[in-house]
Amino acid sequence: MVPVGWYMALAAALFLIGALGMLLRRNALVMFMCIELMLNAVNLTLISAGRAMNDLNGQVAVFFILVVAAAEVVVGLAIIVAIFRRRATASVDELSELRG
Amino acid sequence: MTDFIWLVIALPLAGAVFLHFFGRYVKEPLSGWLASAAIGGAFVVSAVAAVPFIQGGAEPVTISLWEWMPAIGASFELLWDPLAALMALVVTGVGTLIHVFAIGYMHGDERFHRFFTNLNLFAASMLTLVLAGNYAMLFLGWELVGLCSYLLIGFWYTRTTAAAAAKKAFIVNRIGDFGFMIGLMLVFTVFGTLSFAGVFERAAEELTGGMATAIGLLLLVGAAGKSAQIPLYVWLPDAMEGPTPVSALIHAATMVTAGVYVIARSAPIYEFTPVASIVVASVGALTAIWAASIALAQRDIKKVLAYSTISQLGFMFLAVGARAYVAGVFHLMTHAFFKALLFLGAGSVIHSMSDEQDMHRMGGLMRKMPLTAATMAVGALALAGIPPLAGFWSKDEILAADFARGGWYYFLWIIGLVTALLTAFYIARLWVLVFYGEPRWQEDAHPHESPRVMTLPLVALAFLSVVGGLVNTPFRLGLEHFLEPSFEGVHIQEAPTDWLTLGILAALSILAAVVGVGAGVLAYKRPPERWRRFEESFEPLWGTWELAYGVDDLYGRTLVLPGRRLAEAAAFSVDAKVVDGAVNGVGRLVRGAGDWARPLQTGFVRNYGVLFLAGALVVVVWLVASG
Repeated sequence: MVPVGWYMALAAALFLIGALGMLLRRNALVMFMCIELMLNAVNLTLISAGRAMNDLNGQVAVFFILVVAAAEVVVGLAIIVAIFRRRATASVDELSELRG
Repeated sequence: MTDFIWLVIALPLAGAVFLHFFGRYVKEPLSGWLASAAIGGAFVVSAVAAVPFIQGGAEPVTISLWEWMPAIGASFELLWDPLAALMALVVTGVGTLIHVFAIGYMHGDERFHRFFTNLNLFAASMLTLVLAGNYAMLFLGWELVGLCSYLLIGFWYTRTTAAAAAKKAFIVNRIGDFGFMIGLMLVFTVFGTLSFAGVFERAAEELTGGMATAIGLLLLVGAAGKSAQIPLYVWLPDAMEGPTPVSALIHAATMVTAGVYVIARSAPIYEFTPVASIVVASVGALTAIWAASIALAQRDIKKVLAYSTISQLGFMFLAVGARAYVAGVFHLMTHAFFKALLFLGAGSVIHSMSDEQDMHRMGGLMRKMPLTAATMAVGALALAGIPPLAGFWSKDEILAADFARGGWYYFLWIIGLVTALLTAFYIARLWVLVFYGEPRWQEDAHPHESPRVMTLPLVALAFLSVVGGLVNTPFRLGLEHFLEPSFEGVHIQEAPTDWLTLGILAALSILAAVVGVGAGVLAYKRPPERWRRFEESFEPLWGTWELAYGVDDLYGRTLVLPGRRLAEAAAFSVDAKVVDGAVNGVGRLVRGAGDWARPLQTGFVRNYGVLFLAGALVVVVWLVASG
């Protein structure tokens, strides 16, 4: 059996990759994927911790997160597609109309 | 029959409502006749309902219509007693005649029906005032007649002078009303109710000296505003800007007597305050002689009558201030007859002279309008106090009562006697200047006798001015017995009872009247150069009188101008700088804060991401650190 620490380390690595990708990439679609990565890193943490502590609450929380994330993906992807159709680009640096 | 008393108010009110909505569809004379019928109906109802009092033995009745403000004892209730009946009869009787007269006078006015709407509304308001069974309802009528007075003075509102006069009347009356309102609040504090019955029943237990005096003086402030007494009389001469029937009805016969009525009605309160009574009488006497002296020198025929009205109202205050309530109300009644007659006569003259009001440009009208001249002569002699016309009996009774009261009132009696002399002089001057001598008309004047619809009311009022005084003579005190139920438990100052004193007093007032009239006639029947020189020989007094002692100017400089300055300061300094400054300052503050915070929103998603991440880290660190 793999010790729980490995799962935690994997989750941390995934989260870091997601966070850095979020900050460094400009393509809205890629940034969106990075967000998903961070989200799933957290899911992994919750499941591992739940397994280690013999508690089902961790898995229950993950189900909620999956459902909400699915809905969020639909909305987010729709927005990105709409922007791309309108502007022929998905670079977030060009979407700065809300600057104060 | 008393169950139908509410009709007295309802009829003119219905007339006003009908004419307001449908008046424009009714042809010219018809709307006037409708209004006259409404108030005439009210006269018939009140006459029928007054019969039990005339027969004697009937008790005053209170008719409750509906609840209004039960907590302060103020419902819509009517008090039908001899005093209310007399007032209702005077208001509706004289009112009907004036309505009919106005049909002729207002002929051709484009807002003919509007005039009668307001006139009917006034009648309903005045009747509310006199029939009210408590102070709250009385105050309701009191304010309503003020409103109607404003509307009717400013009836020809396109004239600036008329609009200004209406405003002046309203504002000066407000000053009096404030005193009146405070008085009513005091009444409520002391008695816990405003109903006449509740207040008068317990006046003896509740009123200690100081409180009675305070209430009495505050009611006097209100009465002085409405009844044009010193120092609040200045609005009445200006009110002559209204159509002449309005001057006759509102500013001579009815509304301005409301103050006298209130003091007579509140007699059970004044019973406990000799101080307030003396002030009432003194104000009255001072006003009487003050206004009479101004009337001596006026050139405008309506101004003479206006100052004469103020002066005669002073006589009524002189009476009610001496507790001679019957004499005061008696003079109120006779004055309503002969002053309405004089005003309508003046209206007839003005009408036929194409709106000329300057007596210097009249003269010799006796031949052109004999009926007006004759009826006005009756009115003038009645005002002067020539027996056996109406004015003699009432004025003589007032003077006799003041003489009988004694003390300080001797002094007031002398003032009254001098005023009677002046009164006789100025009214003789008026009549002679207008009707006697050679014509001094403008070239385009074509005087003619007025139509019958105007002269018949004159004849009716002349008849009343002749016989009206006979209801209360020393030989037969009819009015006094009639009014007895209204003044139960009140000490009324009687005239002296022995015939010798009474005869001497009567002889003195007849002497004053005859000397005044004689001097007036002798001075003014001469050619214009002579009486002009006569007037100039009184300079500088005459000029002072002609300018009404410059009181308007004085008020303008001491009250109106500082008030205007204050308003301007408030508008252009306080409002523009402080109030607007605060509002604009708040706006500028929010805008500045926004400008300062704007750069935070860069519009780059990465900046938001970094900040978000940093925030999340802070939260995690804080959670870990706090264990």
